[in-house]
Amino acid sequence: MDRSWRAKRAVVAASVVTTSLALATPAPAQETFKLGIVTFLSGPAADSFGVPARNGAQFVIDQLNKGSVPSPYEKVGFGGIKIEPIIIDENGGATKQVQELRNLYQRDNVDVVLGYISSGDCLAVAPIAEELKKMLVLMDCGTPRIFEEAKYNYVFRTAAHATMDNVGLVRYMKAKNIKMETLSAINQDYAWGQDSRADFVAAAQQLYPNVKVQTDLLPKYGAGQYGTEISALVGAGSDVVYSSLWGGDLQAFVLQSAPRGLPKRSQLVFSAADHVLPPLGDKMPDGTIIGARGAYGLMSQKSPLNDWLFKGYEAANGVYPVQAAYRMTQAILGLKAAVEKAMSKNGGKKPSTDELVAAMTGLEWPSPGGLIQMKLADGHQAIQPIAISRTKYNPDLKRVDLVDIQYFAAECVNPPPGVKSIDWIKGGMQGAKCN
Amino acid sequence: MNFFLTIVLDGLIQASWLFIVALGLTLVFGVLKILNIAHGSFYALGAYIAASAVTMVAAWGFSPGVGFIAMLVSVALIAAAVGLLLERGLLKMFYGRDEVVLLLVTYAVFLIFEDVTKLIWGVNPIYATQPYELFGNLEFAGLYYVGYDLVLIPISAVVGFAIWFGLNRTVIGKIVLAVIHNEEMSVSMGVRVNRVYAIAFAFGVLLAALAGALTAPKISMQPGLSSDVIILSFAIVVIGGLGSVEGAAVGAILVGLARAASVHLMPQAELFMIYLIMAAVLMFRPEGLFKRETARRI
Amino acid sequence: MKKDLHPLAMIALIAGVTLFGRVLPTWTLSLATIAASNALIALGIVVLARTGNVSFGQGLFFAAGGYGVALIANAWGLTDAVAQVIIGAACGGLLGLVVGPLIARYSGIFFGMLTLALSMVFYGALVKSTALGGSDGFNVGRPTLFGLSFTDPREADFMLYAVSVIVTGFAGIGATMLFRSEFGLASLAVRENNLRVEYLGISANRIISINFVIAAIFAGASGAFALMAQRHIDPQFAYWTTSGEFVFIAVLAGNQSVAAVFVASMALELVRSFSNLYLPNTWQLVLGVFLLGVILFLPRGIGSLWIRNRRKRSTSTAKAPLAAQRGATP
Repeated sequence: MDRSWRAKRAVVAASVVTTSLALATPAPAQETFKLGIVTFLSGPAADSFGVPARNGAQFVIDQLNKGSVPSPYEKVGFGGIKIEPIIIDENGGATKQVQELRNLYQRDNVDVVLGYISSGDCLAVAPIAEELKKMLVLMDCGTPRIFEEAKYNYVFRTAAHATMDNVGLVRYMKAKNIKMETLSAINQDYAWGQDSRADFVAAAQQLYPNVKVQTDLLPKYGAGQYGTEISALVGAGSDVVYSSLWGGDLQAFVLQSAPRGLPKRSQLVFSAADHVLPPLGDKMPDGTIIGARGAYGLMSQKSPLNDWLFKGYEAANGVYPVQAAYRMTQAILGLKAAVEKAMSKNGGKKPSTDELVAAMTGLEWPSPGGLIQMKLADGHQAIQPIAISRTKYNPDLKRVDLVDIQYFAAECVNPPPGVKSIDWIKGGMQGAKCN
Repeated sequence: MNFFLTIVLDGLIQASWLFIVALGLTLVFGVLKILNIAHGSFYALGAYIAASAVTMVAAWGFSPGVGFIAMLVSVALIAAAVGLLLERGLLKMFYGRDEVVLLLVTYAVFLIFEDVTKLIWGVNPIYATQPYELFGNLEFAGLYYVGYDLVLIPISAVVGFAIWFGLNRTVIGKIVLAVIHNEEMSVSMGVRVNRVYAIAFAFGVLLAALAGALTAPKISMQPGLSSDVIILSFAIVVIGGLGSVEGAAVGAILVGLARAASVHLMPQAELFMIYLIMAAVLMFRPEGLFKRETARRI
Repeated sequence: MKKDLHPLAMIALIAGVTLFGRVLPTWTLSLATIAASNALIALGIVVLARTGNVSFGQGLFFAAGGYGVALIANAWGLTDAVAQVIIGAACGGLLGLVVGPLIARYSGIFFGMLTLALSMVFYGALVKSTALGGSDGFNVGRPTLFGLSFTDPREADFMLYAVSVIVTGFAGIGATMLFRSEFGLASLAVRENNLRVEYLGISANRIISINFVIAAIFAGASGAFALMAQRHIDPQFAYWTTSGEFVFIAVLAGNQSVAAVFVASMALELVRSFSNLYLPNTWQLVLGVFLLGVILFLPRGIGSLWIRNRRKRSTSTAKAPLAAQRGATP
């Protein structure tokens, strides 16, 4: 009798507390720029992508708030306004992320949301931001579908998409005369994996007209165990095995396939593998052709901005920055450029969402990974240069080095405005400007 | 012919660790009548503990063989302890209630363990690959197989045989069987059913953790490991029959082969093939392929 | 005899909750909409649980309703909220009519597992179907109401909130009337001992099937709501952990009071939302402990807080008399 009374009182008290929390309106915002950042803090994508992205964000925002970033980003924060980040976890599925996006805009009153690594999440949240008429900057996800299946005014993507990665890979292979008469593939069964595979196969068919696709596997995202798939791939014995696997899945795949002799039987080609090099170390087979979805990390080109990021990030985190950190950096710097451009137009006030949107459309800005140009999708989708290289383990430095690096200009590997990527590839990649 | 052999071998490799997991689940259900949703969490726990053990042993400079033994021993001890604690400390409180209540308690345990493993081991993938190279490589049917994968098959057979022998040929085993068949009778015969419950549950947890430890060198340990294992082991246990050791073996082999076959032959069907089999078995032989005739109380 | 709530009083309650939505902050509105739709599906589970069968696969009808509505909305441009709810309910109900009789024969754990298996089969099929967007799913447009389209986000959210609260509220009234009816009592009898029910000349299977279809209808409608709120559907709707959450709410609520289902659902959403903000890596821990706490201290669910049950209830079923003795407090 006694126990149930106490329990009842406790529950009533708890519900009162939660209801009042629910109704509590957040404190009015001071003059800071509230930036919502969404990235994987847990789950299979955390270690290799989400956490480097978050570390990159923290590093860049700290530096910006101190005014320690090299030119042309010397102003403190965004145009003198300090940046206040609110970082949340992207884990939990697309449907949950939609609710979290609303919370960020409506409960936490952020000015801009920046982030999203998973293509599935990007596809789900973009229409919501558009509906709410709030600015969303997608910084990492790779599926070309975002702007090819819909038009957006309030949504931007500050990094190039998967077409660049795959066209770059095939061009590299052609330039290095890699034999590819037979091809097998293993990709995760969702937008990123499917689109990457489609782009790679289409590009391969353009530059290697006689290529035959043998084993084509699409395991589930997050599968982690590829014993049977590896048997199928080794059994096929193709010249090239292509994969857009990433994160924990890629690590598992490499660890499980190397002892089974796959790298010896086939040339491994990974479109987004730089982030697994630090954790894999000497377990990464030498000679694997990899992309980093940009000229990032050990493939990045020397510049004051790149030195600032590379050295500063490494000092702060004990490891060099991989692609996610670079992409986060270019997104934040791009936003900064847009804010300052809008402020120069409106007389120095904190810009409204519409002013920001106008400023970011079609913008170009320098970044540690090269020049970012918002050229596609009416100025909402970025193109950038890419680098492809091969792995080679360096026992002295105890890390995987990247050798045979080749760079490709943005307009060599990205589609021109106005045409769908897959159509562009299948049409022979007209208008590509390669040197 | 080679192709067919590949499928069989792949299927058996998968079946071997699936069997150990399913065995633990079926044992717990048979004795305690609990369908343990947290079973996959114990698998993950075993994998994580194994990873830590292997890494520590390697850091102290011992050979991978020692690491392998250390991993198995440490996992067995910790898992048994966790199992005992859980059963005595938590599950016991809910024995008087509906089956569903216990199911929900195990669901709560699953949720809690998800985050506890994150808090202890972090969210980064962890690897413990040293034991993977212990048994070298083997060429078979034109493909390279890692010795470790193949060794798992006899290991799981030994485990299965040991459990079967323990249940059917030892006194303690027969007591456990008695409790499985008719608890009321066992109590009235003077069996310390409480003890049997505790031991059975601890064993169930131990088997799940052991399976996790054995697969640890091949995979990356990361959050989310448990959800898929749970559903797979459910499928196996349902197919084979709840509470049946032979059923778990047959179910595991069936599921392993089905997965291997679908990856090689029809990749699109891979995911729902297993659940389809599970649903079909439930419809036509709900007690599983190895059903025991039970009297129904009116 | 305890005083039961008069239907008019319940309608007043629904109206009150709906109007309360005008003062709630916007983010709470969408949270409350989700809570209402979760409550609807949990209500279906409670209805079914009164026959002694707990369905662990309501995700099947949830997803069926959601995908059905999404496909029709995209194909025929049908965006009316009420129409979408009806279509969702119909999709769920049709599927329930097919599945229900098949599984009504099973009981207890097998029933639960079969529903789980079926929902996972559907999940597997959805993930591999590229036409339906595979594991990414697809988006749908914003819902309208009776021809009016709402461009202001706040008004749109309120409209959805209002529709979901009203529909769920009426479902609740319907459920309450069902519980008090002959059919409702017969359902309870099936739980106690379905063989005796057969001897009395009533088909236990039929009762279970009908309850199952009702639960499926509720689940399908709930799927439509979830779709309208998120404007996005993916196979996760059919995954077992999604179904598990609905069962969680049903257990939290208990089978004593229909209003408890709404309270439980809202509590879950609030806990989930806040623990994600303040304790990002521990929200499942919080949820698990919460669930244990409720099972331990509120064994008949939240409903037992305000329903004082004067009738003596026999809680132990005929299946486990011994376990009941063993489980008695020392």
